[in-house]
Amino acid sequence: MPIALDTNDKFQEYANPAVLVSTDWLENNLETPGLVVVESDEDVLLYQTGHIPGAVKIDWHTDLNDPVTRDYVSDEAFAHLLGSKGISRDTTVVIYGDKSNWWASYALWVFKLFGHEDVRLLDGGRDKWIVEGRTLTKDEPAITPAEYPVVERDDKTLRAFRDDVLAHFGNPLIDVRSPEEYSGERTHMPAYPDEGALRGGHIPSAASVPWAKAAGENGVFKSRAELEEIYLNGAGLKKGDDVIAYCRIGERSSHTWFVLNYLLGFENVRNYDGSWTEWGSLVGVPIVKGTEPGVAPAPKR
Amino acid sequence: MPKETAKSLAEDFQSLGINDRLNLLLEFSENLPALPERYADHPDLLERVEECQSPIFLFVEVIDGIVHLFFTAPAEAPTTRGFASILHSVIDGLTVAEALAVDDDFPSKIGLAEAVSPLRMRGMRGMLARIKRQVNEKQ
Repeated sequence: MPIALDTNDKFQEYANPAVLVSTDWLENNLETPGLVVVESDEDVLLYQTGHIPGAVKIDWHTDLNDPVTRDYVSDEAFAHLLGSKGISRDTTVVIYGDKSNWWASYALWVFKLFGHEDVRLLDGGRDKWIVEGRTLTKDEPAITPAEYPVVERDDKTLRAFRDDVLAHFGNPLIDVRSPEEYSGERTHMPAYPDEGALRGGHIPSAASVPWAKAAGENGVFKSRAELEEIYLNGAGLKKGDDVIAYCRIGERSSHTWFVLNYLLGFENVRNYDGSWTEWGSLVGVPIVKGTEPGVAPAPKR
Repeated sequence: MPKETAKSLAEDFQSLGINDRLNLLLEFSENLPALPERYADHPDLLERVEECQSPIFLFVEVIDGIVHLFFTAPAEAPTTRGFASILHSVIDGLTVAEALAVDDDFPSKIGLAEAVSPLRMRGMRGMLARIKRQVNEKQ
């Protein structure tokens, strides 16, 4: 049986209030059977410095990415990973992390590729929990391994590949990278390592909406009205649009995917995880430089 | 922490399982020496390591041919602090010639890439390159 939802007023205005929990709710439910809390951070050691009592760690890179192929882990490896963390198919999973849940959103998106039903984010993530003075521990959680079924990953519904992007022209694209990356001044985030792309710029017609615009104070998601102002009025998205979001390797755009899909209720939003590190190095694909979106070429189907 | 050599450090890490490698890195992170006051008041002297995901600054001093390293990085960036602390334990106190002889590829050889991912190791290579450049400039 799924664990009762957080009925916090703020969440009720979102298209799908079931995907968020507040720090209060989580603190009150830490002992609830059927709940597993997962920490997913950018920094691979941050969990070890102190985490929410009972939380397990899932690292975006070492756990969720295949070590050889540029792809997510196999169906078998995902089943093994979740089982080893004490998660079964009907477990309620609450994910939280650093930096406004940037990597936590990415982990949630991967969970959804495998169709895990009940995954929620802790609104405000790790920072809000800490700012509020709630307990952290270095104690390793006692995990009872669970059986997680081998489920075939669905790469069509929530995920876009480069050919999907080429076929998508004429529909909205959201580029969530920094303005410098969008214009092509640089190919990676300011102050971040260069993960390698041979060209700078953006995919033609993509609107620039840096991902962190969706995050308010303490990393919580902004209100529905504020989000509509950003994505509907600002970026020109319309109800019913089919949207693809991208960034550099698909992590920041998971955050935007979460906002568009669950908070604003867009039913067809895909994350292009190849993102700029693929597009900016692909031979022959169209690129626009500068601050204007540019014109979409004819879709290539 | 006892003086480490690049070789003994690699052996330490490689003798451990993945999880214990992370714990050892955390131990290094916790033991990164604090910035002495003379540098804490002079952020302009410190060089930002652009290759790192988290803000880290470093400064090299060469006194009588001996290399001294200073770092500052926030507590919320334990991996970056751990990298800095490893480099401190290996390089601080070496002669200029010894410091310049440290293998540029040393960060790839300590068995950490599997534990933290190769992508994250770039930050440590960036720090090492900047340290060696500063040593060269200041010798």
